[in-house]
Amino acid sequence: MQMYDLPDPRGHFGPYGGVFVAETLSHALDELRDAYERCRRDAAFMAEFHYELKHYVGRPSPVYHAKRWSAALGGAQIFLKREDLNHTGAHKINNTIGQALLARHMGKKRVIAETGAGMHGVAAATVAARFGMKCVVYMGSEDIKRQAQNVYRMKLLGAEVVPVESGSKTLKDALNEAMRDWVTNVEDTFYILGTVAGPHPYPMMVRDFQSVIGEECKLQMPEMIGRQPDAVIACVGGGSNAMGIFYPYIKDEKVRLIGVEAAGEGLASGKHAASLCAGTPGVLHGNRTYLLQDANGQITETHSVSAGLDYPGVGPEHAWLKDQHRAEYVAITDDEALKAFSDLCRLEGIIPALESAHAVAYAVKIAPSMPKEKALLVNLSGRGDKDMQTVAERMGIKL
Amino acid sequence: MSRIAGRFAELKAAGRKALIPYVTAGDPLKASTVPLLHGMVEAGSDILEIGVPFSDPMADGPAIQRASERALKNGIGLSDVLGFVKTFREKDNLTPVVLMGYANPIEAMGVEKFVAAAKVAGVDGVIVVDYPPEECGPFADLCGKAGIDCIFLLAPTSTDARIREVARAGTGYLYYVSLKGVTGVKSVDVAEVAAQLPRLRAASKLPIGVGFGIRDAESALAISKIADAVIIGTRIVQEIESAGAEHAVARVKALLAPIRKALDS
Ligand SMILES: Cc1ncc(COP(=O)(O)O)c(C=O)c1O
Repeated sequence: MQMYDLPDPRGHFGPYGGVFVAETLSHALDELRDAYERCRRDAAFMAEFHYELKHYVGRPSPVYHAKRWSAALGGAQIFLKREDLNHTGAHKINNTIGQALLARHMGKKRVIAETGAGMHGVAAATVAARFGMKCVVYMGSEDIKRQAQNVYRMKLLGAEVVPVESGSKTLKDALNEAMRDWVTNVEDTFYILGTVAGPHPYPMMVRDFQSVIGEECKLQMPEMIGRQPDAVIACVGGGSNAMGIFYPYIKDEKVRLIGVEAAGEGLASGKHAASLCAGTPGVLHGNRTYLLQDANGQITETHSVSAGLDYPGVGPEHAWLKDQHRAEYVAITDDEALKAFSDLCRLEGIIPALESAHAVAYAVKIAPSMPKEKALLVNLSGRGDKDMQTVAERMGIKL
Repeated sequence: MSRIAGRFAELKAAGRKALIPYVTAGDPLKASTVPLLHGMVEAGSDILEIGVPFSDPMADGPAIQRASERALKNGIGLSDVLGFVKTFREKDNLTPVVLMGYANPIEAMGVEKFVAAAKVAGVDGVIVVDYPPEECGPFADLCGKAGIDCIFLLAPTSTDARIREVARAGTGYLYYVSLKGVTGVKSVDVAEVAAQLPRLRAASKLPIGVGFGIRDAESALAISKIADAVIIGTRIVQEIESAGAEHAVARVKALLAPIRKALDS
């Protein structure tokens, strides 16, 4: 691989990424790109970002050696990057802090966001409260049903939650609706997009804000084991927690990068959300990337037990890393993720988000066949409090 | 000369303005589209825009979203839409037809295959909402070679540099989106459009069509005084939705007739 300095000025990662939007959005995106370009080079802005990460989010998040579980598996050592310990319970807040600071810098008084599992919506509502901005969150009506607690959390934080009834009534439709709001209210509104998807500069900007995860790991792993891990594993919905932990490791080719998608009821069943493993390139939500689509180019409905992975596209940088063979992408089924969820609860006393349980499940799959000296670093992107209802229902328990 | 350029030349010679209606293909039924196209021509339309249904119409408001969903339920894909144009051409070889939609269905078919099939079907122009000029060079070149016009959108927020870029890449006509937001949510502000059009005229000799928010004879007439074409989408799609399949053609003709009359007054 050559020197890694992607994306290009128009947001391309090879053939992926770009700015595939209607002209009505072009100006807003130009403005955002210029503002971000100024801020990322501004020492005062970056200092403020890191101050918030430290004092409000609680960073750095620890890396935890899951010794008991590693021993039980009898192979490679498993290390967990504890993004679940962040304020609001997931990695999402790293990005929303960054974007809210940028919104304030641009003089925008109203922020909007899309959300699937509700974690990004909660993180957006939280920073809006923190910075005194009005917040509107778009959420598919199907997701509102399965994530009632997060809906209530957003309301407690002062946000307005707007149900989206169009299309499949899930994350992708919430993203469409947020974009529609943005074109209509560009003057006073900042769109806080929750993952490394969307038109440029979002995939780059969200990656940059999230890369604090990997930057910390690069310091923490040598402290713990005297070297970098052999593989870094993260779940991939839109791909932000994965890009955040992968990015600082891209040039370090000795480190395997493994993205774990949702195989739902199995890739063969068609009921999954694995766009990299089972999709084809196309254009959605302002960028070119791998998509789940039918022969007519219509985006198909996805399935995963975890709402946060239930997205038919994926960030364009992952599409590029896949084609370059720099990262590997695999998929874990609902059942495998649920098993890893319970095991992590019982063996380590950590309740993971169902999204993160996919990454954990893959580590569990490969660890036993690896020597004990090998180290797997898993991004534990969030905690599972939000998933109590879903898991209980799957186990036939009424709460 | 392309059918679109020819049509604008005729209209100019006659001192008339173009009426460009939009319908979503396959809405409300698969069988509705071709009769609607002929009906709209009978009601005095000059150019027809046909929407290609897409599962994620990000730039459209609720009315066109619903039309798209109905069409998708009817199983309509891009090749069906090309089929409608082919059938329409059996009886009408004069009226220019423009397809409007999103990039993904075209990329799924394959850009080259699409352009070739569109040419054979008798398509005259394409508006790909999420293909700005800098992302669709190869597509625009293929269209150019096939004699299919690439029509681009411009908006109130477009900078002068952007207008020049679109003016350089676009053919057929310029589509000026008269308001901030998605299709069909607000009504057009004529004074605002009048203030913006000189920027477009300074950059391009192409005819200018104005769309988004034109709902009746009055707003159409006001826009026709400053633009070359009046584009009506949401209002027609709403009429089709409330009329249902059986009455759609008659109701759309009844909607367009007074608008045509106002434009010619
Ligand atoms: C805990 C957690 N992990 C992962 C994701 C998936 O998003 P991404 O792939 O952008 O990290 C979500 C999304 O809601 C989440 O809540």
